[in-house]
Amino acid sequence: MFGWEFPPHILGGLGTASYGITKGLAAIPDMDITFCIPAPWGDEDRSFMNIIGMSQVPIVWKDVPREYVEERIGDKMSPELYYALRDHIYADFNYRQTDDLGCIQFSGKYPDNLQDEINNYSIVAGVIARQQDYDIIHAHDWLTYPAGIHAKQVSGKPLVIHVHATDFDRSRGKVNPTVYGIEKDGMDHADCIMCVSELTRQTVINHYHQDPAKCVAMHNAVYPLDPEIKEFVDIPIENAAERDKVVTFLGRITMQKGPEYFVEAAAKVLSRTKGIRFCMAGSGDKMNEMIDLVAKKGIADKFHFPGFMKGHQVFEAFRESYVYVMPSVSEPFGISPLEAMQCGVPSIISKQSGCAEILTNCVKTDYWDIDAMADAIYALCTYHSYHHYLKEEGRKEVDEITWEKVGERINECYLRCLNR
Amino acid sequence: MKTVCLYFEIHQNIHLKRYRFFDIGTDHYYYDDYENERSIQETAERSYVPALQALLEMSARYGSYFKCAISLSGSAIELLERYAPQVLDLLSQLNDTGCVEFLAEPYSHGFSSMTNRETFREEVKRLCKKIKTLFGKEPKVFRNSCLIYSDEIGAEVADMGFKGMLAEGAKHVLGWKSPHFVYHCSRNPKLKLLLRDHSLSEDISFRFNDSSWSEYPLFADTYAKWIADLPEDEQVVNIFMELCALGIFQPLSSNILEFMKSLPEQLKERGVVFSTPSEICAKMKSAGELGVAYPTSWVDEERDLSPWLGNDMQREALEKLYSVADRVRICNDRRLKQDYDYLQASNNFRFMSTKANSYGGYRGIYDSPYDAFTNFMNILGDFNSRINNLYPEYENEELNSLLTTIKNQDEELERKDKEIEKLQHLLGQLEEMEGGFQKAPAAPEVKPAPKAKAAPKAKAAPKAKADTKAKPVPKAKAEAKKPVAAKPKKATAKKAK
Repeated sequence: MFGWEFPPHILGGLGTASYGITKGLAAIPDMDITFCIPAPWGDEDRSFMNIIGMSQVPIVWKDVPREYVEERIGDKMSPELYYALRDHIYADFNYRQTDDLGCIQFSGKYPDNLQDEINNYSIVAGVIARQQDYDIIHAHDWLTYPAGIHAKQVSGKPLVIHVHATDFDRSRGKVNPTVYGIEKDGMDHADCIMCVSELTRQTVINHYHQDPAKCVAMHNAVYPLDPEIKEFVDIPIENAAERDKVVTFLGRITMQKGPEYFVEAAAKVLSRTKGIRFCMAGSGDKMNEMIDLVAKKGIADKFHFPGFMKGHQVFEAFRESYVYVMPSVSEPFGISPLEAMQCGVPSIISKQSGCAEILTNCVKTDYWDIDAMADAIYALCTYHSYHHYLKEEGRKEVDEITWEKVGERINECYLRCLNR
Repeated sequence: MKTVCLYFEIHQNIHLKRYRFFDIGTDHYYYDDYENERSIQETAERSYVPALQALLEMSARYGSYFKCAISLSGSAIELLERYAPQVLDLLSQLNDTGCVEFLAEPYSHGFSSMTNRETFREEVKRLCKKIKTLFGKEPKVFRNSCLIYSDEIGAEVADMGFKGMLAEGAKHVLGWKSPHFVYHCSRNPKLKLLLRDHSLSEDISFRFNDSSWSEYPLFADTYAKWIADLPEDEQVVNIFMELCALGIFQPLSSNILEFMKSLPEQLKERGVVFSTPSEICAKMKSAGELGVAYPTSWVDEERDLSPWLGNDMQREALEKLYSVADRVRICNDRRLKQDYDYLQASNNFRFMSTKANSYGGYRGIYDSPYDAFTNFMNILGDFNSRINNLYPEYENEELNSLLTTIKNQDEELERKDKEIEKLQHLLGQLEEMEGGFQKAPAAPEVKPAPKAKAAPKAKAAPKAKADTKAKPVPKAKAEAKKPVAAKPKKATAKKAK
């Protein structure tokens, strides 16, 4: 498996999804997984799979003693594996910038020279592809598609690519031709394309001109909440009856997430009712614009921007929230409403998000339909039974969506690819 | 001799329009006129007109042999009057042939039977009146909206003077009993119950055109044979369905009407007759009482209220809706009353159902149960604030206590009326006895107490009566009592002389 992010050091939803998929798959007997990431930190959960850090794979032959290897990268990779990989260097990469072990250093983030990193990733993948023994290749998101193709060409094993997002989602239609090129190339070479939702699947079919037969919708899932967090979330808020009800938006404040629709809906609600506050957590390039918009609508006293939230803060925010809103213009899947529902927060999501396909106990509106969104917010804050119903039923529903089930479905696809 | 009782329901709800919360307080018109017009015309064209024509044809062909029953909800009548009067024409033609009996039901097709007694009675009376003006007949048999029935409702209906009521032959209520008998209400043996045979009914209304059904295609002779082959003592087969089963649930292309048309002939051959519900109530004896503690309905596999009151949202909506029932009843605002009728329609609640397997799953303009709930509650919010504006000087609790006082007084009056009646009856008896006594003066004094009292001194009787009168019956009784009481007094006096 090729991936770019892996918990606990994640930058977006990709890492969480990769982890879930791997964990779900690992539950299947007779399944060994090797996960390649650009730069492990050494604190990843390796209990159910092997992790190979691309930063520790040599592509230039260096004669280094075992002790030295042990000391340098012992926490991330065993010296045996290092030497085994070193035996499979397939070309002279001396012209590349490497370190004392003959490895390329990866940032593991999304730097400006992303193009270079992708290329390097693919070179290193060639070494791994030659050394490792495997039956199927699984590449997560476009950054790793070239590596997947490379591995397929080396080994002749089937390639499965996992489309977590397409550039059409990220850019609202104004695609970057380079990215599109990489994505299309990956899809053309793939034996099976897993898309995180039917919505994405349709994009892949229509915009990337893929054979519908090899595209499968493979919806994401969520982990059950940590008992500690669950307990924390379940603590009732003091004097909840007197306090204002909080409606939350949580995510990157970018074009893709549709924050302006949230503000518009908030203005509609606030013009008619009291006792409701709005909170837009996260950061992003549209943040200043949103602050301006809020001021212009004259609702700044009831509309808050607490900034970027991570880890435990997210759950604190969920605990304080009465309603969660995700008005994404185009969301390949969108895992956050599932998390909100786990915490017992009813969600309003846009019909244009992938998770809308598998959720029933939540409110769905068109992202542009601010009237409907405002109406739903008002109703959830006003009618107790409605809120209660969605809270309880939503929680039950999300508890049924597990990665294990996803893992089983992925395994079925694998077997189909392998003609077994 | 076996008899078949055919009954068709005609109900269409008034569709609500998209109503946002910011319309609350500004817009008091709640209906989607386009959808109302379109849907009733479509239903009329595809179902009601051809189906009623078929019924007319059948009655022309079989004369008085063929009979059926029909009920209309108030909203359906209003919609038909406005957008599809040809259906009402056909109904009155059918009425002229004498083969149809019209049944009573609540005007709004709502749930007042379970929530508000007074509103329920008022609604039923209103519909009966409407039926009387349209077809000239007063309904004698009652069917509740969605065929909802429970002991309590049965008692209430019996109290209103209906001879019979239609109900669902739900398995969990009947147990080992068969729906092919007439039963009576456990609280009032005067009310006969006709129980729907859901399997035979739904063979026509749901399964007729289902090619995956084992009995597909169903022909009239097979169906008639099923009925004829029932055990000898099972005499009544109640086949109840919505009229739009013929044409909408089962498309005309499935030849459902041809099936219906040939059914009487097949049944006649096998010696089965048709009867209307009131004929059955008059002729048949009850096979026993039927206790129904929890309401049953004719919908879904559970045959209970879950399609309308299955989740918290539906229950909240119902509670909010009927919390103002008393106020609406005592107000004089015609528009408010009309809106209240339309809001009560059971369909509004069905749209909010979250049951996974509920039949049809049709939601009108709503794309989810939540959407339906929000919209309905917004409208209800506006409606309730209009109602409350009518009684601004009263707090809710105060108004409720006033209403209770009025209700109590009504009950007291009623009780006293009964007492007067009883006393009058007693008086009549006394007179009779007195007459008898005079004819046979030698009668020995072996007779019971009242006679003994009255016989020796005729004057004592009116006095005693006046005493009993004075105590329990205050002013209210006086007007009614005095003139009536006065005459017999004179009469007795004369006779005594």
